[in-house]
This record gives sequence, structure tokens and C-alpha cells, in this order.
Amino acid sequence: MTHPYLPHTQGEIASMLQAIGAPSIDALFADIPSSIRERGGIALASGLSEFEVERRLRELSEANSVDRLSFLGCGCYDHIIPAIVGHIVGRSEFATAYTPYQAEISQGLLQAIFEFQTMICELTGLDVSNASLYDGATAAAEACAMGLAVQRGADTILYAATLHPHTQRVLATSFADRGIRLLAIPEEEGAASLHQLQPLLDKRVGAVVVQSPNLYGYLEDYGGFAEAVHEAGALFVVSANPMSLGVVRSPAEWGADLAVGDTQVFGFPPTLGGANAGYIAAAEALLRKMPGRIVGQTVDGEGRRAFVLTLQAREQHIRRERATSNICTNQALIALGNAVYLAAVGDGGFRAVCDLNLEKSHYLFSRLTGEMGLAPYAGRPFFNEFTLRLPRPAREVLSRMEQAGIYGGVAQERLRPGSDPRLLTIAVTEKRTREELDRYVAALEEALR
Amino acid sequence: MSHADDLPLIFERSRAGRIGYRFPPSDVGPAGAAGLPAGMYRERAIGLPAVSEIDVVRHYTNLSRRSYGVDLGFYPLGSCTMKYNPKIDEDVAHLPGFAAVHPLQPEEGLQGILALLHDLTARLCAITAMDWGTLQPFAGAHGEFTGMKLFRAYFARRGESGRTKILVPDSAHGTNPASAHLAGFEVVELRSSRDGVVSLAEIAPHLDERLAGIMLTNPNTLGLFEPEILEISRRVHAAGGLLYYDGANLNAVMGRARPGDMGFDVVHLNLHKTFGTPHGGGGPGAGPVLVKEELRPFLPTPDIVARDGRFALDSDRPYSIGRVAGFFGNVGILIRAYAYLLALGGDGLAAASDRAVLNANYLKERLKGLFDLPYDSLCKHELVLSARLLKEKYGVTALDVAKRLLDYGIYPPTIYFPLVVPEALMIEPTESESQEGLDAFVDIMREIVRDARENPALLREAPTRTPVRRVDEVLAARRPIVRWRPNLPET
Repeated sequence: MTHPYLPHTQGEIASMLQAIGAPSIDALFADIPSSIRERGGIALASGLSEFEVERRLRELSEANSVDRLSFLGCGCYDHIIPAIVGHIVGRSEFATAYTPYQAEISQGLLQAIFEFQTMICELTGLDVSNASLYDGATAAAEACAMGLAVQRGADTILYAATLHPHTQRVLATSFADRGIRLLAIPEEEGAASLHQLQPLLDKRVGAVVVQSPNLYGYLEDYGGFAEAVHEAGALFVVSANPMSLGVVRSPAEWGADLAVGDTQVFGFPPTLGGANAGYIAAAEALLRKMPGRIVGQTVDGEGRRAFVLTLQAREQHIRRERATSNICTNQALIALGNAVYLAAVGDGGFRAVCDLNLEKSHYLFSRLTGEMGLAPYAGRPFFNEFTLRLPRPAREVLSRMEQAGIYGGVAQERLRPGSDPRLLTIAVTEKRTREELDRYVAALEEALR
Repeated sequence: MSHADDLPLIFERSRAGRIGYRFPPSDVGPAGAAGLPAGMYRERAIGLPAVSEIDVVRHYTNLSRRSYGVDLGFYPLGSCTMKYNPKIDEDVAHLPGFAAVHPLQPEEGLQGILALLHDLTARLCAITAMDWGTLQPFAGAHGEFTGMKLFRAYFARRGESGRTKILVPDSAHGTNPASAHLAGFEVVELRSSRDGVVSLAEIAPHLDERLAGIMLTNPNTLGLFEPEILEISRRVHAAGGLLYYDGANLNAVMGRARPGDMGFDVVHLNLHKTFGTPHGGGGPGAGPVLVKEELRPFLPTPDIVARDGRFALDSDRPYSIGRVAGFFGNVGILIRAYAYLLALGGDGLAAASDRAVLNANYLKERLKGLFDLPYDSLCKHELVLSARLLKEKYGVTALDVAKRLLDYGIYPPTIYFPLVVPEALMIEPTESESQEGLDAFVDIMREIVRDARENPALLREAPTRTPVRRVDEVLAARRPIVRWRPNLPET
């Protein structure tokens, strides 16, 4: 067959078979047992032309609703994306490269990842970082595994009940059947509290993981947490939406040993939650316990600065079952896009976009809780997302708002079946204009009427 | 090459007062922001660079010129399947109807993407003879971990939690033992036979009530199809164990052999290898996991189900291992792989595997006079040579050969893997290369072997034509510097 992705001509195939000394391509598969070969065919239709592929995918894409005014968040956000991010990420020298094992021909990619690592350290305030992990939820699991590895004999992970419910479920999948105890730190008025944490701490605890902004959007106060956690000999892990870190107290300022989270907010569209990377940052002492690829600075044979994948003795391809993690492929291209985003916005722009998120979310919050008199779920500070307790089930209200062309937020019940059906979490990013926020108020008023 | 070729870091280009992006002004006023309590504000400065837009564009464009992708040339990196990544796949993945979809919007508004993911799962099952699967795993190793968790859930449900042993051949990818260990299994390494494959005698002592199963890559990392696979499968199943298929090498056998027909119970695929999605310099990839019916109840949630012509998310799976991802995995990659499957179709996928195998066998024939060929039998999609003789005769290693290839503008084969071959050079040409491309590679390899004999220093000092010379990996690990600081000591 001829196909644009397959360059061989029939003449080439014949000449290559002759060089091999095989009578046919079939003969190259003679080592496969015939009973397997007889059934080996693929019952799928023949391929489509590029034009047809594009048309089919466009049809599918148009069967999704993306024209609603969106206030959806809870782990995935609709932020402004500078045009340059897509252009740089789309450069095929980066996009079609493999993991940069051969440093001398991969300096560009290695340097960009080194810059990404530096930026993650700057944002979190911590000392070291890596080339990315899969997402924030799996990064939280990796961080907890580090805690269990550091604290000998530890068999317990404490997690805040205010952690994103999906992260809680990923932790359960990772640890629940391995003899590791997962204990929830009960929430106190919408946040984790020292008071609830303290009685749970003992020498069995390897890691304590909390999240701010949390599943309601609230910022948590970790005063005294690090001291208490360290007293027990465990690691203190803070999961943070990195977009908040331009204005909100950083994990390092709270005394965290490790910070994790999702980087989709820096330059990538929602894509069903699937254009994302996880970040991890740690205190210097934990460097050799870190999972994943790490880019380090070194010199070349002529003494010039150069970059290389380093500390590979931690990794699965060297240490096999004794590796710190099994991660191999990560999310490098997303990390590169994150670096481009952060380089473009710089300190000033980052602060500005954080302020816009704060201002717009607080504008909507004050209209909803002020003149409309709606009740916040808890009286806590927030960044760009907050939770209300509506007078009736949030799902009902949301479907009415949708008729007005608005995705009005996420019903907590959707994330946590069985929780209070009246809780609605509303995200407001810098993309929303005042006119849109006023439209939201009118639509919610109408929906509650 | 002079110091002027050293590209500064983006931080070193920073000049106070420059901006690279401008956000719209606030239209709501700052009033609300006063709401944060004092202790919640960040005090520590953030050291992001101050650069203008053109600075950012030039910086990263220049860095891209110091990176090497499939679009630039031959990339015979063994076990990585560096095939062509179609451009239409990039375009469709960025369609606004996909990019703007939020994972928590109502299912009614997700019908297109759910239909795509459902059909992708079904097509992957058709290719592998499996019954259903999950698209959540972010990469191959993540798929392995998911698969091992499925094993555990299956045995726990049967009251056989005493099955804790996983057999892994010594030729396997390092992720296999690491994933099995992380999932709570005890790893038993199987020694490869003299023919480079798994021998029945080697597994026989482990076929007991503690056996959970075996992880196999087939064809294996030596590019050899396991000749005893049906008997291995029969015996492992008879002993109560399960078979796990590492799909890293599926590109060898599409349309010729399906893992489900070989007896495998759980399969992971690497969409970034076999299904043409770009590797992205180390990700994102995707590692879907497919299972036989008896393991289906344990798959991660939510499942995507078709009901009355609509698609829905179903989390009502009491025996599920739970979530393995925050949302739905690397959806952008899943969209690209779907476009690839549509473009090739069943016959195109089979043709891709046929030509990948043709290319590997052709290279094996043409290169075996130049290098030691430890396993001289029919290979599948890749071949493993050894530079052992070059090392003994001329003191030139596999690493030297790889570095010299960089001077020719070719990304080298995988080296020192699989571990069972000394001075290994693992070559996977993929179906994307034509005969003339392969012939050019053979000519270069011939020159390199000649230089090894006549001028070995040329290899030991290579590369000389790259932006930097051979980098000092030992220094990097001994004195790790993993971030930039304003006043780093000169290295």
C-alpha cells in the first residue's frame, strides 16, 4: 500500500527483501507461532485522507460545548495564554525530540528545563525541583512516598480532608493496598487546622499533605504546622495552585519540605484536564530522594557551561526495582511551555495577573454575598475561587444557569458524592470581564428565583 | 567553538523595566483584594526574568536550534519508536472544541470528546485483542503501575493476596521491576536464555501459589519474538498467575500478532511510540491500559460508557482500583493518537509494522559485518549490536560510537541497554525511514568503524561539531546544581 507516512516504494521493498534473503515480508514474521498469526489481523476500516481526518475530528470537537461563559475550576482553569507559548511549544525541534539522553545534541531542551526548575524553585521558595511529574495528584503521591522513604518505619500518611477529592483518590490507589495507613485530617470550617492535625501526629507518620487554595478555593493558615510535623519526624507537603503564588504566601514561607501542584495554569488550555504537568519542589536535603528526571549544570570538555540529566542513579533504568520511583516519560513539553509563559510575564506580569484574579473573584464574591445576601460556605480568605452554600441544590441552579449560557461553577456534590448538595464552587480568572461578572449575578438571581 | 556560542540563561537576559506580556487592566477596581489577612501575603520576592517579548522568542527559538527531533533527521533510538509525528494530529488537538473543554463541565457538553475517547479505547482493543481499558495513565511506566494495581485487586478479590511474586526478564525495561515493586510486589528476575529469550526452565521453579504473574515485552528488548509465548502463557495461567504485556514494542507486530491472542491479561500501550504522537522531549505521552474481561471490574474510574447513543461517565465500580490521574490523563495526546489511527486504518497500521520490521532486518543484514551481532536470528522492529570487539581491539566503546554519530547529525541508538548485551547499541529504525536513509546510516557506521581502527582518538574525543563537547556527567552528579542563582560560582 502507499501512504504519506510510509516512504517505501514496492521496488525498495523488493530490493531490501533481497538483501535480507527473505522471499517476502510474511517470511519476516515466521518466528511468530502460526496460531497467533492467523488471528493477528486488525478489524478496523482502511485509513482516511488527511482532509477526512480533519473533518471527522472537527465534527467531534463541535459536539462539545465550549461557547458557555465558564466559571469552572476545581483543579483546571481558564487563563489568558500569551500567543508565544503555542509558537515555541510547537517548534518541532522540541516537540519531536526524545528525553535528552544525549546531552551534546540536546542542550536547548536541557537548558529550558533547567530554567523551568529554577522558576519552580522561585515560585515555591524551595531549593530544588525536577523536569516535571505527570500531574499534581500523582506528584502528591510521589511526595508522600518520599516521606515514607525518609522516615524509617513510617507507615502512615496524613492528608487534609480539604485536599482535592481526586488527589485523595489517587493517594488511595497508590497506597491503600500496601499496608500504608491513610488518615484524613478533619476539616474545620472549610480548612485544615493545627488543632485537628496535632492529635494525629506520631512517629508512624511519614508525610502530612495539605492543599491551599483547597478544594473550596480557600487559603489555609499553616501557622505551627511545619513545627508540629517536623517534631513527629515527618515531611510537610503543601499542594499549591502555582498561579496563586505571585501574591499568596509560598510553601517555603510556611515551612514546607515539599511543594506540589498542577502547571496547566501557566500557558495551557483546559483540554479536559489533559494539557497539564505536575511540579515538585523540595528542600535541598531531599534532592537525592526526588523522583523523575533532573537537569543539572556541568561543564563540557572545554570547560563551557553545559546541562545534562543528572543523579540518574536514583532512577529505574539504573536501579530497577530499588529506584525512588518508576517514572520515566514525564511532561517535559508542558514544562517548557510553562517556562515560556513565566519568562514572558516576568515578575511584574505575574503579580499583575494574580492581582486580577484576586480582584475579579472578590468583586463577584462581594456582589453575591453582599447585595444578593448569599452565604459563603466558610468565612475564609480565597484567591480566585470560593464556595457558597446556596438555598437549594447546586445542580438545579447550575442547569438553569446553563440555559442562560453560563457554566456557573462546580457542585461540590459532583466531586464528592454524598456531600452537601447546596455547595457551589465558583472560579473567576483574569479572563472574566466586569460585564460577564454582572451577567453571572443576574443569571444566578434568575436561577434562584 | 568560542565562549560567544554559550547561550545565556533567560534570567541572565533580564533587564529591569522590560516586560514580555501585558495583561488587560482591571475593570473592577482593587477594592476586593484588600480581603486577604496580612499573614496570607507572600513576602519573599520572586526571581522571574524581566525580558521583552522578542527576547523570549529569540531565546527559546535559539534553544530549539540546540535540540534535535524526528523532524530534523534519523532517530534510531532503540525501544523508543521515534517515528514520524503527523502534523494534522497537532492541528486537530488544538481545535477550540477540544482545547476549551473543562473536565468538570456537564456530560451533555462533553459528547464529542467522550465519543472520541470511547472509540479510541475500542480501536486499541481491536488492535490488541483485549476487551476494555482506561486511558488515564500518563505514560508507559504509569500504565505498568496501573496494570500491577489491577493484578493486586484481582487477586485480593479472589482471596489470593498471597500471590506476591512478579517474574521479570533481565532484558526488560527498568520501569517493569520498578513499577511492580511500587505496586507492592516482590520482583523475581528471570535470566535470558542463550538465545536471548525467556526459557520455560527458568520460570518453572516459580510456578507456585505465590506467583502473581509475569511481565513480558514481546518482541523483547533484543527485538526477538518470544517463541514459547503460548506455552509460557499456558503454564502461568495453570499456576494461577496473570500475564502483563509491556506494549513498548507493539510497533513490531500490528496486524501480525495481538497480545490478547498470545494469552496476555493486561496490556499497556505507549501512544507516543506506536501511535505517532510526539515525544515532546520527554513527554507528555500516554500509556493506556487494556484488559481482558475478568479484570474489567477493577479498572480505574470513571469509565466512559455508551448508553442510548449518548456517552456518560460512570464511577459506579465497587471493585475499581480508583483514580490514577487527577482528571482523564493526557487528553491532548489521546486526540493526536486517535487522528493517527484514523489516518492509517487497520491496513495502514499493519503496513507500518511490516515496514518497521523490514527496516530492522535490512539494517541487521547490512551492519552485522561491522559490529558484533550477539543474537543473529530474525529480528522484529529493532536490533541490538555490540561494540565489544571495537572495545577490545581499539579501546572504543559504545558511548564513543554514539558520540561520534552526533557529529554526523544523527541521534544515536540507545546504548548500554538491554543490560544483557555488553557495549550494546540498540537500533530501531521505524517504518518512517526509506531504504536510502538506511543506506546513508550504514555508510556513516562504516566510516565510524574505520575511524575506530585507524584513528580511535577521533571517536574518543567526539563530538566535535555539536554546540558543546562531551559533557561531564560525573561533575554534575557529584556537585549537583539544579537551578540558576544570581551569584553561582563559575563552574
